[in-house]
Amino acid sequence: MRRNGSRGKVKSQTEFEARLDPGFAAEIAAEVPDGDRLLGCLQCGTCSGACPLSMYMDLTPRRVIELTRAGARDEVLGSSTIWVCASCYACTVQCPKQIPITELMHAFRRRAFEAGAYPRRFTNPVMTRELVAMAEERGRSTESWIAMKAYLRTDPLQLLKHAVVGLRLMLRGRMSFKRESIRDRRQLAELLRALEAAPAAPGPAPSEPTAREPVPAREGAR
Amino acid sequence: MREPERDRASRPPSPNGGPRIGVYVCHCGLNIAGKVDVQAVVDFAATLPNVAVARDYRFMCSDPGQDLIEQDLRDGLINRVVVASCSPLMHEATFRRATAEGGTSPFHFQMASIREHVSWVTADADEATEKAKALVAGAVRRVALHEYLEPRQASVNADVMVVGGGIAGIHAALTMADAGKHVFLVERESTIGGHMAKFDKTFPTLDCAACILTPKMSQVRSHPNITLWTYSDVVSVEGYTGDFTVRVRHRPRYVIEELCTGCFECIEKCIHKQGKFDDEFNEGLGKRKPIYIPFPQATPSVVVVDPETCIWFKTGKCPQTCVEACERDAFDFEQQETFDEVKVGAIVLATGFKTFDAARAPEYGYGTYPNVYTSLEVERLLNAAGPTGGEPILRDGTRPRSVGIIHCVGSRDERYNAYCSRVCCMYSLKLAHLVKERTGAEVYEFYIDMRAAGKGYEEFYDEILKEGTHLIRGRVAEVTDEAISPEEEGRLVIRAEDTLMGVVRRIPVDMVVLAVGLEPQSDAQEVRRLFNISCGGEGFFTERHPKLAPVSTFTDGVFLAGACQGPKDIPDTVAQAGAAAAEALAMVDRGYVMLEANTAFIDEAACSGCKTCVGLCPFGAIAFDEERKKAAVNEVVCKGCGICVGACPSGAAQQHLFTDAQIFAEIEGVLEYV
Amino acid sequence: MRYPYYPGCSVGGTAKAYEESLLAVLERFDLGLDELDDWNCCGASAAPSIDEDRAIALSARNLALAEERAEDSAPVDLLTPCAGCYRALLAAQRSLAEQPAVARRIDGALQAVGLRYERRVHVRHVLDVLANEVGTEAISAAVTRPLDGLKVACYYGCLLVRPNATFDDERNPTSMDRLMEAVGAEPLDWPLKTRCCGGSCYGADPFSGTTPQGALSLSYALLREASRRGADAVVTACPLCQFNLEAFQGEMTRTFGTPIDLTVGYVTQFVGLALGLPERRLGIHRMLRWRLPEREPVAAEGGVHARA
Repeated sequence: MRRNGSRGKVKSQTEFEARLDPGFAAEIAAEVPDGDRLLGCLQCGTCSGACPLSMYMDLTPRRVIELTRAGARDEVLGSSTIWVCASCYACTVQCPKQIPITELMHAFRRRAFEAGAYPRRFTNPVMTRELVAMAEERGRSTESWIAMKAYLRTDPLQLLKHAVVGLRLMLRGRMSFKRESIRDRRQLAELLRALEAAPAAPGPAPSEPTAREPVPAREGAR
Repeated sequence: MREPERDRASRPPSPNGGPRIGVYVCHCGLNIAGKVDVQAVVDFAATLPNVAVARDYRFMCSDPGQDLIEQDLRDGLINRVVVASCSPLMHEATFRRATAEGGTSPFHFQMASIREHVSWVTADADEATEKAKALVAGAVRRVALHEYLEPRQASVNADVMVVGGGIAGIHAALTMADAGKHVFLVERESTIGGHMAKFDKTFPTLDCAACILTPKMSQVRSHPNITLWTYSDVVSVEGYTGDFTVRVRHRPRYVIEELCTGCFECIEKCIHKQGKFDDEFNEGLGKRKPIYIPFPQATPSVVVVDPETCIWFKTGKCPQTCVEACERDAFDFEQQETFDEVKVGAIVLATGFKTFDAARAPEYGYGTYPNVYTSLEVERLLNAAGPTGGEPILRDGTRPRSVGIIHCVGSRDERYNAYCSRVCCMYSLKLAHLVKERTGAEVYEFYIDMRAAGKGYEEFYDEILKEGTHLIRGRVAEVTDEAISPEEEGRLVIRAEDTLMGVVRRIPVDMVVLAVGLEPQSDAQEVRRLFNISCGGEGFFTERHPKLAPVSTFTDGVFLAGACQGPKDIPDTVAQAGAAAAEALAMVDRGYVMLEANTAFIDEAACSGCKTCVGLCPFGAIAFDEERKKAAVNEVVCKGCGICVGACPSGAAQQHLFTDAQIFAEIEGVLEYV
Repeated sequence: MRYPYYPGCSVGGTAKAYEESLLAVLERFDLGLDELDDWNCCGASAAPSIDEDRAIALSARNLALAEERAEDSAPVDLLTPCAGCYRALLAAQRSLAEQPAVARRIDGALQAVGLRYERRVHVRHVLDVLANEVGTEAISAAVTRPLDGLKVACYYGCLLVRPNATFDDERNPTSMDRLMEAVGAEPLDWPLKTRCCGGSCYGADPFSGTTPQGALSLSYALLREASRRGADAVVTACPLCQFNLEAFQGEMTRTFGTPIDLTVGYVTQFVGLALGLPERRLGIHRMLRWRLPEREPVAAEGGVHARA
């Protein structure tokens, strides 16, 4: 726990309104289905109590929600919490206000990536990026490569530590360094590109589903 | 002092007794006059067909205002009244009274709302004035067609019934019985007392629950005006406000109530030496014999034989030592259920609540770990007449060294009940005190908010804090037997974030108490249908108005008292029971009820016998004559909702004050002007 | 019958034995798997942290392909062994069903590449199919070498039952326990059945070497509790869970001081052993550690329940 004055000097810790971002909560809430439930948070702490990793977080999940409501954007996006989260949904199923906490954590991560504000020595953010980049580019994720890239970027010593395990796995045919890939990488790339081009419609949408036209056959797509 | 009025009589009254309408336009200070050109509306009204008098006044609802109406009626200038002012909700009753005072039917009146519907919602003054004129034109056209209806009354039976014999029912019954009314008190269990009889002490005074309750229970028993029917339930309710016919079933105890003195000999002598069957009164913690009295002060103090567990009923082979032991020859194993049918004028429902089933929240381990209890179970452990003689001990008989009390189990939770059950914070503090007193254990209480809003409650909270109970603000996420440190071996561990300290804590305890919330009884839906009232979204009975009419329902003559209307503590329950009794008494003492005038009626000539209306009526007010194949509305039960009128394919079902002719006239009046 | 099969990326690597044992067990019941041609990675728990729409798109392509490969327009049961993939596919289906704006964008993008998802896919996890389609009775009747008295801790992991419990109870699932009972093993009662193992943090300590806690501690907590309760083995149904629990036991022992040495296998391997299938076919030789208590090789007809 932070201690004021532990180094001989005391600092004012007053939080002034001008520093907070009043739109932060609504912004995040809009990105997640039922995200506006975070406004009804009772601060009961069930999420922190249920979270198997909360004892390792600098801000418990409950505090993250409160800081979000208060508009303390930097604290939230800069916390280790959002990267320690294992996405296990224990918080979400137990929350008495049914706040989609895990999905909010994903939203915070997205923001943190956008802002470039994530802890560089944590493997989690690096692995996340590597896995998704590989999945989108090649259509498959190869565990060995992702692990290697992640460790090289964060803590190369870990690679050595895990070298023995890696070797044993290789000998048993469970670790391959062959980079997997789907055949129709172009289709996947075009799919993702088409998504980019689609008009984004944030917030509640009209209730009519699109009328489905018959799909024309595409040469060479299969 | 009356202000001079402006007389705008422009046509002589019609000679042959047709409608002569008086139009009164109110200024309502500046509320209307500030936007609407009242003078113009009055002038316009005077030109309308059948209008004999058109006046305006500053405040029509005042005495002088009403006098204008009354005087014109008495003088014979008019026989119909239109007031253009506020809304019917505000003053329809006022002006109907004035109309009646003037000597004609109060229903020869129509209101045009030119405040709520015009001056308060229209920006432009000219538009507002035009709209006011249109509404007045509509009202004038309509009122010309109003029938002469007499306000009707039905008489009220002087007897009353209370359903449910907990503290609410007991208090309501005593209040009405003391007022000289004959009260039928119907209770489902074999004794009155309800949940309060199970408690050990009550907050915040720590009064012994039985000590304050049992005198009232005996009063009920001995009151000359109360007929106490226990082990009984209501099977049907017919009739209507002021004249209910209630059929009550009495379940067989296999003991003749009048002869039994409650001496306990038969229970002693039962061939079962020990209790063997789960004791419901003790929340399943103790054992009872098939023949039992639930608790020592049970009222009436009469034995019950449970046919599910009694050997005589199961096998027919029993020496029946109980019968032998009875000096009063009070047994009757052939006893059948009996019925009574009574007529009452008012009914007070006081059917109480049930607690949340903690097994629905498996994260707390109820049913998995033996030493996880509900609050009601702990009340029984603490009660001196309970299964452990008042010792809050664990299943293995040892004393707990530390106890965790968990708030909000099943309450304030979208997954179960979103509402707050109101009493659990206080009863948890009470349990903390009692457990600590009896065992010396460390007590940890886990809460979200501490709700101590009653008289003496906050002070009680302070006492508990001072005693050293650990109050931890954090809703418990789980109770587990996973042990990750030596102190946790073999114990239950409560994991919760201490939100005030800002850390997650693991607290090993020996016993966990779950503060379960209050819910409606499981048969609340059936009961509400029996009595023709409604339940809200959470299942509690719906009061007529949450703020201003908390003890009456939309069914006149049926009143609510206690937790069946919503979770509440004992002081509020008793207050509400007194209020329900008072309102019931008011109705019964007045001796009559006014009936709705805008009831539906069926034009037999047009009725084709299709029966569409019969099933649609939410109040069961339409009867069908199978022989003549015609429907008929019971105007006493009819609430004037209009459903049958709208549904009738042949237009036979019509409604007083809302006939097609009247409605079309109003529309035409508005359209013609507009 | 053959199930359309979505293997997920782990099954080709660390979870090879899972697929091998799955195929062997299904074959015993005349069931087969048809791997979805050219399936792509589901993005696991990582994709939503980059972009929600793209994460859904990854799964949507697989769902569309599953429908395309099906022979007719009947509903398609798509089998997957991985809990992470299971969650991703279900989450995509839910988003498409509940958020019209998302559905429009995704359907539009699919259309642009000549694909179409008609909402005909029913995603099934291996555990669901074994317990509810093949069924514990059929499995029990086919047992020839019951795992008599083998004490197992059935570990479900978090994503099989959260965020939505589909085929089993969220708090106390029992499908794996029933399968283990059906093959003669003794499933232990323990409170950590669905506590996360840290799989999405990839098992290894996600922080730098200075704080060897985090995900490692999650897996450690599970193994320690299982050992405390006398488990001979831990049974899993997810590639990441199995790997996390199996691969770092040495590190756990070093870091936390308590010796951890437990066999961690796939539910299909244990079922396969009881069905009398050879260890090699079940991929037992691929495991980093495999030591079960000695059992008398008893052949019995009609399975566990037929024995006197």
